[in-house]
Amino acid sequence: MTTDHTTLDRFTERLDDFDVSHTLTTPDGVPDAIEAVTDLPAVGVELPDSLGRLPESVETDPSPSDLEAAVTGVTAATLGIADYGSLVLPSTPDGAEPASLYPDRHVAVVAAADVVPGMSEALARLGDRFRADGGDAIVATGPSATADMGALVKGAHGPKAVHAVVVRP
Amino acid sequence: MTASDRRSKADRIRHVLEAEGDAVAANTQGFNAGRYESVADLEAYEDLKSEARAIKKDAIERLPELIDELEAAVEANGGTVYIADDAADANAYVREVVADRDADRVVKSKSMTSEEIELNEALAADCDVVETDLGEWVLQLAEEAPSHIVAPAIHKSREAIADLFNERFDPDEELETAEELTMFAREKLGEQIADADVGVTGANFLTADSGTMALVTSEGNARKTVAATDTHVAVAGVEKVIPSVEELAPFVELIGRSGTGQDITSYVSLLTPPVDSPTLDFQSDETGPAADRDFHLVLIDNGRLAMREDDQLRETLYCIRCSACSNSCANFQQVGGHAFGGETYSGGIATGWEAGIEGLDTAAEFNDLCTGCTRCVNACPVEIDIPWINTVVRDRVNLGEDAELDWLVDGLTPDEEPAGLDPQKRLFGNFATLAKLGSATAPLSNWLADTGVSRRLMERFVGIDRRRDLPAFASETFRQWADGRPTVADPEREVVLFPDLYTNHVQVERGKAAVRALEALDVAVRVPDVPASGRAPLSQGMIETARRHAEAVADGLLDHVEAGRDVVVIEPSDHALFQREYERLLDADRYRALADDSYELFEYVYGLLANGASGDALASGDGRRLAYHSHCQQRTLGVERYTEAVLDDLGFDVVTSDVECCGMAGSFGYKQEYYDVSVAVGEELTAQFTADGVEDRAVVASGTSCLDQLDDLLERPSKHPIELVAPTARAERVSGD
Repeated sequence: MTTDHTTLDRFTERLDDFDVSHTLTTPDGVPDAIEAVTDLPAVGVELPDSLGRLPESVETDPSPSDLEAAVTGVTAATLGIADYGSLVLPSTPDGAEPASLYPDRHVAVVAAADVVPGMSEALARLGDRFRADGGDAIVATGPSATADMGALVKGAHGPKAVHAVVVRP
Repeated sequence: MTASDRRSKADRIRHVLEAEGDAVAANTQGFNAGRYESVADLEAYEDLKSEARAIKKDAIERLPELIDELEAAVEANGGTVYIADDAADANAYVREVVADRDADRVVKSKSMTSEEIELNEALAADCDVVETDLGEWVLQLAEEAPSHIVAPAIHKSREAIADLFNERFDPDEELETAEELTMFAREKLGEQIADADVGVTGANFLTADSGTMALVTSEGNARKTVAATDTHVAVAGVEKVIPSVEELAPFVELIGRSGTGQDITSYVSLLTPPVDSPTLDFQSDETGPAADRDFHLVLIDNGRLAMREDDQLRETLYCIRCSACSNSCANFQQVGGHAFGGETYSGGIATGWEAGIEGLDTAAEFNDLCTGCTRCVNACPVEIDIPWINTVVRDRVNLGEDAELDWLVDGLTPDEEPAGLDPQKRLFGNFATLAKLGSATAPLSNWLADTGVSRRLMERFVGIDRRRDLPAFASETFRQWADGRPTVADPEREVVLFPDLYTNHVQVERGKAAVRALEALDVAVRVPDVPASGRAPLSQGMIETARRHAEAVADGLLDHVEAGRDVVVIEPSDHALFQREYERLLDADRYRALADDSYELFEYVYGLLANGASGDALASGDGRRLAYHSHCQQRTLGVERYTEAVLDDLGFDVVTSDVECCGMAGSFGYKQEYYDVSVAVGEELTAQFTADGVEDRAVVASGTSCLDQLDDLLERPSKHPIELVAPTARAERVSGD
């Protein structure tokens, strides 16, 4: 499935609205794009082949203390949702969920082809997956936030900043 | 309610207003403004609301089968489902899970349902329980209850939270800014989560087809609560089940926008537990296989299945607890959930929840804070008629436990209500009788009512606050004035102008102005002999009395409708009654016939002008500067725009208020126990009308209550806009003139 130009434009506009910075690149450009926004130490999980590879500096298979010490976490997003600038983050046995949650900065790598226009399209994709073999997805939009302490603060329990690397063939 | 009960209630509310009112107002009004902004950007907003409602309606209808389907799905995923009859049953099960796990600490993400069953208290003897939502944690430390269902600590200022943290933890450097407080809490809670054995969450939605739960959060604490603990317990009311994953879509799009005004919250966790993440052991610094995870879903009835059988309370189960009805409520904006709430839930829909879960007594304590202004109706993402639920519960409270024993004395009272009815409610509910008497004996009645002695007696026996000016009854009623009076002989159209109680007995001048305006537009006007609308008894929860009024009004007006005459209504709350609540009181055909052919006064004038009548016959605005406050119920129906458009067309220069309600709400502002809330709400309106550039504008308002409130709180007078628009002399076409 291809994503037309306007859906991708809408997605990147909405990423901006929610204070998520982004890079557009090809699979070959992914390691550099990640490196450019990564402060060390960094943890992450291996990307699917189609999305390129992680830079060497990203520690995969992190221990709990690695997670707590990491400044950056790099994981793949299974979908992007254009209307909301959302990144759909899976939970995987190799630990994508904690790697995207504990570090102060989350770098999400998503295929442009996996950016869907709206919430209905995203849930249609997820519904089949969940019914077939369970599975989890965090629809993540912007950084973690709270207003409970009297003003809006980013990074309440989760990342203070999010960057999306959008991969085109 | 006795005089001393009323006084202590007034004291309690005054205390909440003083201690928490400012913080609650700033937060809820911010959420409410955010909602208007966010839904305005959502093209399919109305369709999404209808879709969300249809999904909930279907789900509640099919609830038993969906629960079975969900149970099978969760078990197929490797989880366990426990269906708990009540709070004790649910707590006993969770305690067992915690004991089996030998847990020293349970961490929780925010869950109203866990507060409903008082899970923390139930677990306290066995282990440490830590709330991880920052607002909930603040309240746990302060030992206070939530004041809002979504943002539980909105009643606390940043300064108060800083004092609490500094005193409790004595940090090296005193905490001050929101950033410092947040980072301090993040670190403290991070340590507690890392050591926890069991994570408890709620669930905003559960999908029967896959066993997936949706958690709507912003902080990421629910994610950590699940990721960092091996055993996950989710507690949820049975009403959270919807059929399928795809049907989550409208709710995900609506819940944040409707509540805090965010297009979407930071995280919507869609989990099909046990989740697929490795376990994290921060002590041994090791990860383990996801297969070691354990999941328990505790589905709680606790009165919900009985609510499902209750034709009037059933819709409460559609509620997705977004808080729109709290934030859009003018009274809630002033007092928050500590006054406008029960054991667990707060805001407009809380009446339904508390009546169903705790019982009528709990609902009765705050139900009167709903004035029926209806500003929550369009805000509710599942289109629940929240004011109606409040009316029904009020009626049930009036009827009391032993209502059936009262039939003998019923015949002695002037209404259809039982003998035990609170005298204050009976007085206001029978305002029609009072008004008739008042006009018949005016001006003596006005003079008598206004003496210091009678005001004290009225306060003592029926709780009418002596600080309020009472309405002055006219000795010649509007109908007496109109009786036998000639009208336009060869008219374009004919109307019956409904003589609402206030126009008929108190605001007679606006009635006369309406007649002059309509006649100037070549419309023949009759003022029919029909009784009061039933608005007054309905607002006291006297549904049977209101029904009797509705039937009599329909009897009196429908003949005119059949004869081709249009019904025009001056009082917006009565027009709204014909359009909305009469649907509940009349049979469908009679309701439809009356609703379809009745118009708010300016809606009708607008229609005449749009269909070729000349505005030249009306008074010209000549740039006259006005400040206009439309009526809450008018805005819910979207008819306030006609007043604005007509005033604009005639050359008036109009600014409009944007508060949700004036705070007077019929009898509400007269009641001793609510006088302070009413004035606090009213001051939001008068602040707008005394602002720079507005303070010298002439004040106009459509509703009787709004005019009463403005007259009490503003130094300059206010009028119904028809009095500015109507020509001063009678129209030439009126025969016999």
